[in-house]
Amino acid sequence: MFISKFSRLGAHAIKDLVKARSITPRTSYVPAVQNSYSQALGHKSFCTTAEKVSEEVNEEKQNVSVTFVDKDGEEKNIKVPFGMSMLEAAHENDIELEGACEGSLACSTCHVIVMDVDYYNKLEDPADEENDMLDLAFGLSETSRLGCQIIAKPEINGIRLALPVATRNFAVDGYKPKPH
Amino acid sequence: MAIFGKLRWISRSFTSLPANPLRICVVGSGPAGFYTAEKILKAHKGVEVDIVDRLPTPFGLVRSGVAPDHPETKIVINQFSRVSQNDRCSFIGNVSVGSSVSLPELRQMYNALLAYGAESDRALGIPGEELGGVYAAREFVWWYNGHPDCRNLAPDLTSTDTAVILGQGNVALDAARILLRPTVELARTDITSHALDALEESSIRKVYLVGRRGPVQAACTAKELREVLGIKDVSIHVKQADLVTTPADEVEMKNNRIRRRVYELISKAASSGPSPPLPGQRELHFVFFRKPDRFLESDDRSGHVAGVHLEETTLEGDDLGKRIAVGTGIFDDISCGLVLKSIGYKSVAIDSLPFDHYKGIVPNVGGRVLSDSTGDLPQYETGLYVCGWLKRGPTGIIATNLYCAEETVASISEDIGKGVLTSNSSKPGREGLLQLLDSRNIRVVQFDDWEKIDAEEKELGNLKNKPREKLATWEELLQVASE
Repeated sequence: MFISKFSRLGAHAIKDLVKARSITPRTSYVPAVQNSYSQALGHKSFCTTAEKVSEEVNEEKQNVSVTFVDKDGEEKNIKVPFGMSMLEAAHENDIELEGACEGSLACSTCHVIVMDVDYYNKLEDPADEENDMLDLAFGLSETSRLGCQIIAKPEINGIRLALPVATRNFAVDGYKPKPH
Repeated sequence: MAIFGKLRWISRSFTSLPANPLRICVVGSGPAGFYTAEKILKAHKGVEVDIVDRLPTPFGLVRSGVAPDHPETKIVINQFSRVSQNDRCSFIGNVSVGSSVSLPELRQMYNALLAYGAESDRALGIPGEELGGVYAAREFVWWYNGHPDCRNLAPDLTSTDTAVILGQGNVALDAARILLRPTVELARTDITSHALDALEESSIRKVYLVGRRGPVQAACTAKELREVLGIKDVSIHVKQADLVTTPADEVEMKNNRIRRRVYELISKAASSGPSPPLPGQRELHFVFFRKPDRFLESDDRSGHVAGVHLEETTLEGDDLGKRIAVGTGIFDDISCGLVLKSIGYKSVAIDSLPFDHYKGIVPNVGGRVLSDSTGDLPQYETGLYVCGWLKRGPTGIIATNLYCAEETVASISEDIGKGVLTSNSSKPGREGLLQLLDSRNIRVVQFDDWEKIDAEEKELGNLKNKPREKLATWEELLQVASE
């Protein structure tokens, strides 16, 4: 992915946060992977107390923890069931993520920045259609994705998504005209 | 009937608001108008917003600009409809600011936010521009999208096999695609029947997309380009020589991912080359480094265009992004019977509104309108704001207005906070406007009247396996609205 002028400005806002993230992990990572083997055996009879507690949490957990960081730096942590898109999850939790085309890959308004490159790499590569829309997104960065295309799966438990700081890029003077 | 409606409105405005709500009138119900209204309503619980439009139908270019075969782009209408349904918001259609009501009159009743876009066109200013068969792309788009102002455009698609489109932005690509797409595909969209009928009879088999500069500078974007390159039964023609890039081009592509992806798509299309022409196959030609010098008049058909006289160009200027096309004195012609100029829209000025005729926008800072005063210090027009194309010029996508609206609403909020904008009992708002319009016999269209139009269009569309059949004349629209 090429970094454009916009992405430099957009990424600026979250650079510090990203640095902090990679040095000091916030909370302990709770794997949400369903262990079908232990399920089949009846996990309770085979585990130590500590493992038992975390696996009980696994059994019930059909969701992932996601944190949204808005343009003012305010954080909101939500639980997103497997299979739900981040856009849908944001709307269900009153997070201000626009979705003009309601997930049809016809706009870029649900653009989010994945704050950790490790989590970004766990996502499937964007299709051409998504890249076409990302081309037009404000505050584009190297770890940008469309919220409607990020689907909750166990591997992304703990993912942090920043809403782009668009107003910082928006200037009437020297504004780069966008195609329409 | 009309009186009932008015009483309902007046009672609504007294239910949830403070005694003297701040009243803002948004002029224009396209994306700029609706995003602004939404943000104002959200930020200020004591404000009443009315959205006025000169058409009986809302949504601006989402309805009249987005191509019929791009229905997903129109989904944002759902969000805009929810805004209209807010208790503190009302859509007032069939009201033209500048003729039904003047701007000074409106400003006596409301604080005003102008978001009426750009309904005119840049002119080339070359000989023959007035010939028959030469249209602005905007007119052609309005025609196939059922805008009542272009219902009778009647472009002649049967006397020629070639159309030339000047410009290579997404609007130019839309026009090319509508001319070249198999009509069976178009028949399932919300394209108007009068346009579909004309396209079914069309003899146009070749479309030229002509740009002054090179493929690196083409103004279109990847998605639209990919789409037009993939139209069924259309062969793509690009000259290999036009693909040669300069070091300046390479730098431009390195800095701009859109430019790079567009260039790669065009380049790939050129190298795969057109297959030998099959019977009935249509052609799309990308012509680069040509600027129009004049339009040629037909010998057989006086007053009608027969071709475009083009001058080859070369790019000059080191400053990236400011490289311009300069004529070389070498000319050639393309024969054609239809020309669409897709070189940019232009806003229309109205009385008593400061206007920059060179840039085609209302002079403003952050959405606050600047007065015409010639003094040293900039002065702002109190209670007058702009948003959208009227503020920034006619570029950008629907989403661009999201950020534009945020900026203007930030200025409005600041002014409310500073006491520059106060709710004032002498600003009668909606009641005043409706009384004035009534005295001038102007029949307004409310949102639920638009819903009657919407329902009728969907029902008519159902009969033809289309999402809707648009009512494309003023008479039909107003008649259904008042049922």
